[in-house]
Amino acid sequence: MIAGAEAELGQRVRELLERERLLRPEAKLTTYSTPRRLAVLATGVEASQADTEEQLTGPSWKVAFKDGAPGPAAAAFAKKAGVTVGELQKAVTPKGEYVRATVKRSGRSAMELIAAELPKEVLAIYWAKNMHWRAGRPERLVRPVRWVVALFDGEIVPLEIAGIAAGRASRGHRVLHGEAPVSISAAKDYSEALRSAGVVVSVGERRQIVRKALDAATRTIAGARWREDEALVETVTYLTEWPTVILGEFEREYLALPEEVLVTVMRDHQKYFAVEDATGKSELQLGPAPYYRKLLPHFLAVLNTEVGPESAAIIRHGNARVLRARFKDAQFFWEFDQKMTLDARVESLKNVTFHGTLGSYYLKTEQNLAVAKALVAALPRTESGTPRSTTGAIVDEPSLLSATRLAKADLTTELVKEFTELQGVIGGQYALTQGHSGVVAQAINDQYRPSSTEDRIPQNLEGQLLGLADRVQTITSMFGIGLEPTGSKDPFALRRAANAIVKILAESELSLTISDVVGAGVQVFKELGRVGGAPNPSRPGGAATGFDPDGAETSSFLRERLQFYLKDVRGFAYDVVNAVLAADADDVRDAIARAEALTAVRGGEDFAAISAAFKRIKNILRQAKEKGFTIGSPAGMKLAPEAQRLANAAGALVPEVATLRQERNYAQALARIATLRPTVDAFFDKVMVLDSDAQVRGAHLGLIDQVLRNFSGIADFSEIVTTT
Amino acid sequence: MKVSALTFQDLLFRLQGFWAARGCVLQQPYDVEVGAGTMAPETFLRVLGPKPYRGGYAQPSRRPADGRYGENPNRLFKHTQFQLILKPPPENVQELYLQSLEPMGINLAQHDLKFEEDNWEWPAGGAWGVGWQVMLDGLEITQFTYFQQCGGLDLDPICAELTYGMERIAQFLQDVDSIYEIVWARDPETGAAVTYGDVRWEEELQFSVYNFEMADVDKLWAHFNLYEQEAQTLLSQANALMADEDASPTARRSFPLLATYELALKCSHLFNLLDARGAISVTERVGVIGRIRALAVGVAKTYAEQQAAWKRS
Repeated sequence: MIAGAEAELGQRVRELLERERLLRPEAKLTTYSTPRRLAVLATGVEASQADTEEQLTGPSWKVAFKDGAPGPAAAAFAKKAGVTVGELQKAVTPKGEYVRATVKRSGRSAMELIAAELPKEVLAIYWAKNMHWRAGRPERLVRPVRWVVALFDGEIVPLEIAGIAAGRASRGHRVLHGEAPVSISAAKDYSEALRSAGVVVSVGERRQIVRKALDAATRTIAGARWREDEALVETVTYLTEWPTVILGEFEREYLALPEEVLVTVMRDHQKYFAVEDATGKSELQLGPAPYYRKLLPHFLAVLNTEVGPESAAIIRHGNARVLRARFKDAQFFWEFDQKMTLDARVESLKNVTFHGTLGSYYLKTEQNLAVAKALVAALPRTESGTPRSTTGAIVDEPSLLSATRLAKADLTTELVKEFTELQGVIGGQYALTQGHSGVVAQAINDQYRPSSTEDRIPQNLEGQLLGLADRVQTITSMFGIGLEPTGSKDPFALRRAANAIVKILAESELSLTISDVVGAGVQVFKELGRVGGAPNPSRPGGAATGFDPDGAETSSFLRERLQFYLKDVRGFAYDVVNAVLAADADDVRDAIARAEALTAVRGGEDFAAISAAFKRIKNILRQAKEKGFTIGSPAGMKLAPEAQRLANAAGALVPEVATLRQERNYAQALARIATLRPTVDAFFDKVMVLDSDAQVRGAHLGLIDQVLRNFSGIADFSEIVTTT
Repeated sequence: MKVSALTFQDLLFRLQGFWAARGCVLQQPYDVEVGAGTMAPETFLRVLGPKPYRGGYAQPSRRPADGRYGENPNRLFKHTQFQLILKPPPENVQELYLQSLEPMGINLAQHDLKFEEDNWEWPAGGAWGVGWQVMLDGLEITQFTYFQQCGGLDLDPICAELTYGMERIAQFLQDVDSIYEIVWARDPETGAAVTYGDVRWEEELQFSVYNFEMADVDKLWAHFNLYEQEAQTLLSQANALMADEDASPTARRSFPLLATYELALKCSHLFNLLDARGAISVTERVGVIGRIRALAVGVAKTYAEQQAAWKRS
């Protein structure tokens, strides 16, 4: 938040100085910020605006100077322009002779302009959450303004912001410097004056100090490194004015807790950096106890002060005590939770509400299981009849069902109630300690992934299927009771769930389509869904029809997310995405392959021409339809040579393209289609498509209709934007 | 514990002494169950309207779901918030706050202190503010808030609210690993210590049993509904009275809105008990909070009108 405000202040000051013609070409603006201050230093600023001359044209010369003597019109114009009558000149223009005055404006001083304009700019800075503080005053800022320093070189700029008059007195570090004002003698001394008062005003410099201090503190432990965490470095950089680092320790016994728990406590709750064994593996892995040998029993805290060894010991002790208390809590929960297995907890999900109308997580789990089974049923099989991935990897259905059954059980654990962000992860850990397989544990661990478009998908096929089942069950049942997202309102984060489904379909090796997934969700909701505790009314014999009984809304919702994924996550051009999805938007992985192929060929000259031709075909067919022309068949007709050539070429190409499409060799298929170009061009050059003879016309229309149909299966080329 | 550290009660004396010397009205805590010092009328209603006020009190704050049968060294069902409001906040309010730590034995030169952004809100009270959590050597010791809205009403002037977590501060200064080991008082003659556990452990245990296991859900709902009904009745009478142009200033002034607010607090506490019993589903939750909000916001709005009417008469 401070970072954004710092950048905005710099931008606003730059624009202000440019607007007022005060910025020299070599000007340089540097911005600073700390938790207590925002600052901008501008060099290369003019002391005042340059003087200007302006020519004002007035009344016609003849009217103003009758017989050469100035009349009332001349006097009035001179007054208006701020010159004497004697200074008026004659301007000869093509339209005639007019009175002209040259007005000299002397530039205003920078002091004056900045004093008038800067306060408005400061008060206009955007804050996501701001406050009001002076009674009866309108200004709103992130926190109250307590002091203002405004200097032009060494001189105070006489301005006022939110009732505070600018001066040269700044404030230093609360503890290292105390409450005495810090006098800034000139703007250029700002940074150094504050440095001697215990404040590093440059964010970049503080960031460097933090990183170096973390390195230095970590070097005292052999083979250790601090766990890189860019976001946390930013956080502490913006929380401090004079950062230093202390290294603390905690008891080794806490390393028995899952790494995720320890790191979450340190990072999210305490803003500490974790310390790890530099030789450890970098990827989170589930394995037998002891789970993680990678973390070391140390932490790094970034302080906002600098102290001697005695105080450092006090601070280290205090921080370690807080961390220990948090770890002890987590350990207490961890041990407490072990008293009841995940299997036993499934039953208590009856008391955990998923949604008031849809019922408990127990009901959801039942339905997730049914959806998972339906998804498995849609998978291809090995020769021995086992479900498999596209690459032949086996889907372990019993493990998938175990994971699905246990997936939500961790919601009843104390550890998840305390660290809600670790749902799934905790379940995976408990599954492992309770003797479930690594496959089951990993699937439970990964069920909420990807949590964003940047996050990875679940590692194993079972986790991917669980992730799909859980989310589509949520989406179809929410849609089933009319709770689909509207506009910006998406209280159940269904868009995020749908994005995750698309991402899993796109990046896994599961040959499932959107309709497989939606079909499974809708079917299960119809069969098992409860509305208000009663069976779903849209079920045969039920009281009412559900909002989305055939899944059409859900499918189109997912297709929208697919469009978003292709454009915003994968970066395909919007016309490529439209063309590909117009042909087919059900098979996500296939859509990506087609988009890639189309992107590769779309720049080619032949392809652009083919796209233009297809657009033309579409238009002609539309016009023909409007006019009620019959679309006939070219078969057996005597056609013009160019038409016959097109029919032959297209006919020869159809099986070839079909085979390539079958093989998903889209690049080659598109290249082959592009070879039609000269034949198509010749056809349009020489043949009058809408011939006056109805039979000939019908044959022509039939021909182009076939071309369009046969070659639009990979992408609807008419969607491609061409420059021709 | 550190021998030099102050006892729990001494910390409160020192803190109260500091603020008394700066013109604050100190009171004993409010005698109806509240989840936080903010909910006591000394904050919730005092912050409304233009009248300046500075006051403080040590408020036992009940959060039934946080109880741990006296077994967890860092969790309590009932903790003590020293709550201070400064309306309007003086320009040097942050400096004053830092000075208030010194009498408790916190020498800032020996510690690491950070103000970390933490904006506070109490949706059921239509209240929010912006501010910081104050971190001392990694421990949150105070919530510092510039109160912006209360009961759905914009505050003008605003108010600074300082909420000191007394158990945490005591634990920190006495350097004990369990809240129950905090020395509450020490006999000056014998040096014998009475601990926090001696004073409060039994209460934590028994209330955890009641809150989690024995509170009767149907009766809690019945109590909730009764308190709500009475509050609603009073509130509609109050609104009719404020709207009645012929009503006398005395009738307006004497209308028991403070009692109405207390009924709303009862509802809030019953909600917390129901929550601890696991009797409120996620969807119901929003609805019940809405009912409490209607009462709290309703009282705040009418109370502000009552105060304004009083001033005019």
